[in-house]
Formats: sequence, C-alpha cells, structure tokens
Amino acid sequence: MTEVRVYHRPVSVWWWTKKRSYFVFVMRELSSIFIAWFVVYLLVLIAAVGRSEAAYQDFLDWAGTPWVVVLNVVASLFLVLHVVTWFNLTPQAMVVRLRGERAPAAMVIASQYVGLAVVSAFVYWLVTR
Amino acid sequence: MSEGLIRAAHDVLIVGGGGAGLRAAIAIAETNPQLDVAVVSKVYPMRSHTVSAEGGAAGVIADDDTLDEHCYDTISGSDWLGDQDAIEAFVREAPRELLQLEHWGCPWSRQPDGHIAVRAFGGMKKKRTWFAADKTGFHMLHSLFQTTLKYDEVTRYDEVFVTKLLVDDGRVHGVVAVGLFSGKIQAVTAKSVILCTGGCGKVFPFTTNANINTGDGMSLAYRAGAPLKDMEFVQYHPTGLPFTGILITEATRAEGGWLLNKDGYRYLQDYDLGKPTPSPELRSMELGPRDRLSQAFVHEVEKGRTSDSPWGPIVHLDLRHLGAKLIDTKLPFVRELCLKYERIDPVHELIPVRPVVHYMMGGVHTDIDGATPLEGLYAAGETACVSINGANRLGSNSLPELLVFGARAGRAAAEYASVAGPAPAAIEAQAADEVRRLERDLLGKEPGAESTSTIRDEMQTTMEDAAGIYRTGPAMAKGIDALRELQGRIGSVGIADSSRSFNTELLAALELANMLDIGECILQSGLQREESRGAHQRTDFPDRDDQRFLMHQLVHRNSDGTPRVEPLPVTITRWPPGERVYGR
Amino acid sequence: MADSIRLEVTRYRPETDSEPQFQEYDVPLRKEWTILDGLNHVKDEVDTTLSFRWSCRMGICGSCGMNVDGEPKLTCATFLSDYAPGPVRVEPLGNFPVVRDLVVDLYDFMEKLPRVKPWIIRDDDVTVVDGEYLQTPEELDAYKQFSMCINCMLCYAACPVYALDPDFIGPAAIALAERYDLDSRDQGARERLDVLIEHDGVWGCTFVGECSAVCPKDVDPAGAIQRYKLKAAQESVKAVLLPRGAR
Repeated sequence: MTEVRVYHRPVSVWWWTKKRSYFVFVMRELSSIFIAWFVVYLLVLIAAVGRSEAAYQDFLDWAGTPWVVVLNVVASLFLVLHVVTWFNLTPQAMVVRLRGERAPAAMVIASQYVGLAVVSAFVYWLVTR
Repeated sequence: MSEGLIRAAHDVLIVGGGGAGLRAAIAIAETNPQLDVAVVSKVYPMRSHTVSAEGGAAGVIADDDTLDEHCYDTISGSDWLGDQDAIEAFVREAPRELLQLEHWGCPWSRQPDGHIAVRAFGGMKKKRTWFAADKTGFHMLHSLFQTTLKYDEVTRYDEVFVTKLLVDDGRVHGVVAVGLFSGKIQAVTAKSVILCTGGCGKVFPFTTNANINTGDGMSLAYRAGAPLKDMEFVQYHPTGLPFTGILITEATRAEGGWLLNKDGYRYLQDYDLGKPTPSPELRSMELGPRDRLSQAFVHEVEKGRTSDSPWGPIVHLDLRHLGAKLIDTKLPFVRELCLKYERIDPVHELIPVRPVVHYMMGGVHTDIDGATPLEGLYAAGETACVSINGANRLGSNSLPELLVFGARAGRAAAEYASVAGPAPAAIEAQAADEVRRLERDLLGKEPGAESTSTIRDEMQTTMEDAAGIYRTGPAMAKGIDALRELQGRIGSVGIADSSRSFNTELLAALELANMLDIGECILQSGLQREESRGAHQRTDFPDRDDQRFLMHQLVHRNSDGTPRVEPLPVTITRWPPGERVYGR
Repeated sequence: MADSIRLEVTRYRPETDSEPQFQEYDVPLRKEWTILDGLNHVKDEVDTTLSFRWSCRMGICGSCGMNVDGEPKLTCATFLSDYAPGPVRVEPLGNFPVVRDLVVDLYDFMEKLPRVKPWIIRDDDVTVVDGEYLQTPEELDAYKQFSMCINCMLCYAACPVYALDPDFIGPAAIALAERYDLDSRDQGARERLDVLIEHDGVWGCTFVGECSAVCPKDVDPAGAIQRYKLKAAQESVKAVLLPRGAR
C-alpha cells in the first residue's frame, strides 16, 4: 500500500465557486451572519425605543444613513435566501408522518410558509394596533 | 527472490468474496474461531456478481409446501441429472440458511403480519421463493459482507488476483496472486483453499454476467488437476435486454408477465408448456423452466414470428396488465433498468427481450461437502458443480446454493485445516516459478500482432456459434479447433502497459487464458454428450438418452492442455428418472 | 448526431508521472453507448494501457464511479449522447487519491465502514430454530431507502466537507448506520451513536446536500445524517438532564 505513490489532488481555495450548488451553500452559511446582524439591529431598535423619543429619533437618523441602508438591503436579500433554503431542507431533515404515510415534501415546505405568514400577521397586528 | 515471496500463511484461504465465499468465511469464523481465515478477491466483495441477482431465493417455508416437493421440482428441473442426495441436503438446509441471513439483517419482503413473504418462480410447483423486492442478490450480498465485518478472524485481501494454485504431492497448499494496487506478485499459503469465484458467462458475447465472470476458479482447479463437471450445460435465461444483455428477472413472469411474439401471441402455449391463463399457473407457460423457454424462442425465430431489432430477433415481455402499483412495489428495479437502458416504461410499454447466457450449471466437481478430489481444495457456489442443478437450474435455487454449500465447504475446509500439516518447502520454488512466468511471458513481453481483445472477441463468437441453445456435433468440433488455434495465438500476446499499478491489461490477458480453457471444456463435453438433455440440446441427437447418458461428464486436463472427458454416475435416491412435464 | 465524441481522460502512472495528465480519445457516438462503453472502446481498440474499474454495467455493483465533466457519476449509467457534441472530461472519482489513470484509492472508505458497526446488534439470542424476527412492511419501509446504498462513493466525491477534511466519516457510512438503527430487529443504536457523536462523525456535516443530489440510488444520505443529528442531540440533552439510571 505504501509503496505506490498515489496522487492527492489539491483542493482549491475557490472550490465553492466551481459548482452552483456549492456557491449557494456558502451563501446560505454566510446568511447566518446577516441574521445575527438583524438580531443586533432589532435589539438596538428596542433599546432606543425604550430609552426616549429622542433616542428613537437618533436611531432612525442612523438607520437612514447610506451604509446602514445598503447593509440592510443586502441583509434582507440574505434573509430571504436563508428562509427559502432552510424551509426547502426541512422535509429532508425531518420525517413527518400523516396517517402512516410520509408527508410529501411540498406540504412540509408550504406549511412553514403558512406558519411564517400567520406569525408575521400577528406581529403586524401587535405593532400597529 | 524469496524475500517477501510468501506474503502470509493462513489456515483457510477463500478465493472469491461473493455470496458463497463470504458465507464460507462466516461459517468458519463461527464454528472454528481459532482458525485464521482469509478471503482473497479480485474485486471488493460488494462488487461480486451476487450483487446483481434479482428474483429471489427458494426455501420451503409455507404451510402447504414440503421438502420432497422442492426436491422433485429441482430434480425434474435438472432433467434428472442432479445428484439427489445433494439435492435433498440442499432443500433441507435452504430454509435454515435463509432464516440465518434474515437474522443477519437481510431485508426480506414481508407479508402484512410480518412473516417472510414467498412468491412463485419458474419450474416450482409451490410458492417458495423468498425475495427482497427485486434486488435479492444485492441485499443478500450486502447483508453477508456487512456481517463479515464483525469477525476479526477474517482477513481480507481486496483486489488481489489469484493466478495459480500451489499443489504438491496431490495436495493444495496455497496460491500465487497479483496485488492489483501495487502489482506485486506474491504467494499466500493455506492448509485448505475454497474456490468461490462464480461463473464464466464472459466466455460468450451476449451474457447477463459482469466483466469479472471469467471462470477464474474453474480454470485454477482444472490446471491444478481437479476435474470440472457437466461443463456443457450453459443456461440461457429467456429474458435479457438486447444489446446490453442486462437481466430482466424471472420475477416479472412470476408476478404475471407474459411473453409475446410479434403477433402479440403468448407463443409458449405451442411448446407443451400448458395453456395460457390470465394469472400465472405454477410450472406452466411463462413459469416453465428456463431451458424450455429459451428453446421456444429459437423455434419462434425459425417460424419467422419474432420481431426484429438492431441486435437480432426479439420477443416482448408484457407487464402492462400488472399495473404501476405492483411494478413499483415488487419490480421497481426492473422498471428503472427498462427506463434507463431501453428508454421504455414497462408500465405502459412492452419490454424487448431475448435469451441470454446467464449461468453455468457445470463447474469444479465437488462432493456434497464442497470437497474436490484434490486434497485441501474445495469449491462452492456457481464455481462448483455438486451437482444440484444438473442439466438445467431452476430460478431462485442459485442464491440458497451459495449459502448452503458455502457454509458446508467452509466447515469441511476448516475441519481439514484443523488437522492438516504445514506447506512443504518445495512450495516456495513453485511460487517463484509462477512469478518468473508472469514476469517473462506476460509483463516482460512487448505487444505483438495479437491483441487480447481480438482473441477474446473471436473466442466469444466461436462459443456463440458452437454452444448456442441448439448445437450440432460438427459445429462443436469446428469450435474446438478454433479455440485450439486461439490457444496458440494467445502465446504471442504482450503487455503494452508498463505500469505495474492496476495493470488491467495483464488482468485481461490472464482472464482470457482462463476463459479459453473453460471454452474448450464446454465444447469437448458438449461434443461427447450425444443426447439432448436440459440446456444441452442437439439437433443431431434430439432425444434424451438415459441408457447412455444418465451420467455426469468429468473433464480432466491432459498434459498437453487438451480436455479429457470421463463419465461419472448420477446419484439417484428416491426419484427414478421420469418425464419432465410442465403445464399439464 | 455526429459520428464521434472526444473524451478527455485522466492518465497517471505512479512510477513515472509526477501528476496526472489528460489524454484525448475520439470514440464512436452511438445512442446506446454509455461513458463506460466509450472507455471500453478505447481500451479494446485504441489504447490497451488505460485502467479503470467496472463490473456489472447495470448500476448495481458500484465499481465504475468517476467524475464526468466534474460531476460524480456511474459511468455505466451515463450516456455519451447526453454530452454531445463533447468533449467530455472523464476523471477519477473526486476526493480520493489517484492510484492509476481513473482508479482511486478506496482504503479510507473501507476502513470507515466497519467503524459504524453495520450489522445487526442484539442483546438476546434468538436462534433460527425460533423462526424469523417479525417485521411488518411498514417497519421495513422505515429503513428500506437507506439499505439501497451500493457503496459507489459518489457521495464522498460530491461532499466538500470530505474534500477539505478526509477524517469526516462521510455520507454513506452514516446512512448505513442509520439503516441499522432504524431496522426494527436491531438494538445497537447506542453503540453506533458513540461512534458517530465524535467530531468527525455526524457533526462534521454542514448539510450541503450534494451527497443526496448525486446519489444514483436515491438513498438520501443527507437526510439520514440530519435525522441522526437530531437523534444525537436528543441523547446529549437526555444525558445532561436525566440521572444515570433513567437513561
């Protein structure tokens, strides 16, 4: 075994650009950073609201600056990617049984979007009432 | 030269890692754990051809079934050439072996209550074929292979090709083999050797068999002085896909499939196989024995009632009336294969099929425990001829045969190894000779005018013409001459591949030499059997002749390399020879 | 359709070559021919020195896996006509060391396979005399998909984790462990968990999902791994929360 000089093909540092599925995977992983950003952003917003009217206004001014707007736009795109990719993967990771048969993937995916819509509607109502 | 020549010494060495070989290894590890057993295979074990078996494995388990009925079906299926003591032992042990495999994890298909399900199969009067969807061989092999991983006593030499058996004073002492990875040629000694290398379908041009089925073990035994038996009996499976030769399992017919000629007519009814019924009748029509079905095809061709294809005449297998649900549950692999390789969907379309070389009833002559006349040498599986299959094998008898005789040969070889003495010193010189031969006659030879692939193609064409479904004396004699000529020409084949690592050119040349030997044995045996029985049908001797030929034919190798045929009586116990009746 | 198609095939001889090179061969373009048929044509008619593994030619033995135009494929089940007009790049199966031409070193996988204990593990001693373990068709369905693996290793070739970290135990091995865990006859889940809970076990997987995408038998090893992770996480939580005796 050790006498034969086998050849180890080097893995390029750009391996993730070679195939579309690899690229999407890396973007999906990267999207977690932007999710984390939104969590921080939301906490800063809540803190500002909690302090005073002036603090909230400062927050809004800051949020309106160009770099924050760009960041949030980019982050939103990654958020959408995050939601779509992870919702699509759920049926593979979880076996949901309905009356003995395995629930079709489309149903599992759709039910997540329904859940998302319901929660979003509730939060919207909470905030705007 | 002798430094590193003997790579290792084992108690039992098993050549071939398919169903029979792995079952033998487990049998030894369980009954004689103090023995050191090794399996040497030219491919990783999960690539062995057992993996492609589809239909099922027969074992008496139903309440309305009996051992005697399985015996009778097998004996009549063999056209009375099967040894009845071996068949009785086989039939008795088959259910236990299949149950043991179930305990080792084999995913047998089940009845709703959880018990093993059985289905009908060709030539069987009762339903007794256990199955794992239509990938029975795959599941059996993987269950066996994964189970062998439990045993530390079993050493494996993967991708190592055995070129010669080491024999001294009438006893086998080990092998010489080429390690494919490095190209190193070394000897491995053993107290006993079991040959489980499978069949030799690649001797023919159109076969269900894989590239690896080149009769290696049969040739090793033949050259070492152990006789082969019943080599003239070559099974043509009735339903192979044209061009590729891919097997379409008999289970398609067991589940109710019909064979139709170009007029959409179920032609088997014209050949004394019964009358067509909408659902299958056991031992009738499409569930008749394979030799009779393949012979019917030849007659249909003669009558001009077969369809034409770019690959010769074909008939059609009709599964449309079975419905998508049944096909997807019981025959999913068949559907996949048709979609992929013929671009047709059997749920809606007819499958083009034709007879294809599938199995060797003949092989290394063994007794009921897998022992050959050569001391220390055993054989099991398709490589061996016990014989339980006689002149024609019933579908689903071959998989349990691997288990029953793999285990028997394992136990017998282990018992021998427990008391046998070590290898004599002379063995090393023999091994050195073989290494020299390979280096000088093959690896060291420049490629000349002859190429392995040309000789192989000519051999295959010769065999197809001389040893088809119907044979004649003159054609077989002509074939023998042609093969003799090829034996001469193979001497000038050289190896262009200068790398020693994974030299598949060397491998192909060695395999071709094996196949030429086997081909000669097939034709010589066929020429001397002047009757028609089972899968050996002669237009110049169209009847079965129990007076002269109710006997096996052993083939020994003469010192000049030519085959010498001798008779051997058939063991008859409780079933005197009778007429083979199907469909009535 | 054109008459022929060009194959760009990797050649490598360990004794003389410092690295693999490509060699070009033109083979007939026939609609029934697979990549494997093309390679066999090369070996028989053009260049007898080409080495590659193959056996069953019907997609069940798992021998003939190679990278075709960068994608792991069974060459016996991949048709030349799908790549017309070509050229088609045929390379050794990805992520494994190259031994010779299109042949890779599979030692790593063969060493990993027994580690997951892919056999029925039972505490009791039911003998064959007692008959079969009962298993309903539903119980069989629970693990059937994972039992379909032909060990072709296309999944290892597609997995970027395995590419970057060859210690990762890999998709097929984990799928096989799950096959036995889910088999109603098996009682060895605990033992396999101990193996797979290591850092190069299931937790190495980042759910890229390429393994399932290339699997020719629809085994879905990615699904097996994620389900295994869930199982492993549940066990870890139990180990923390429950006293020893209750586990």
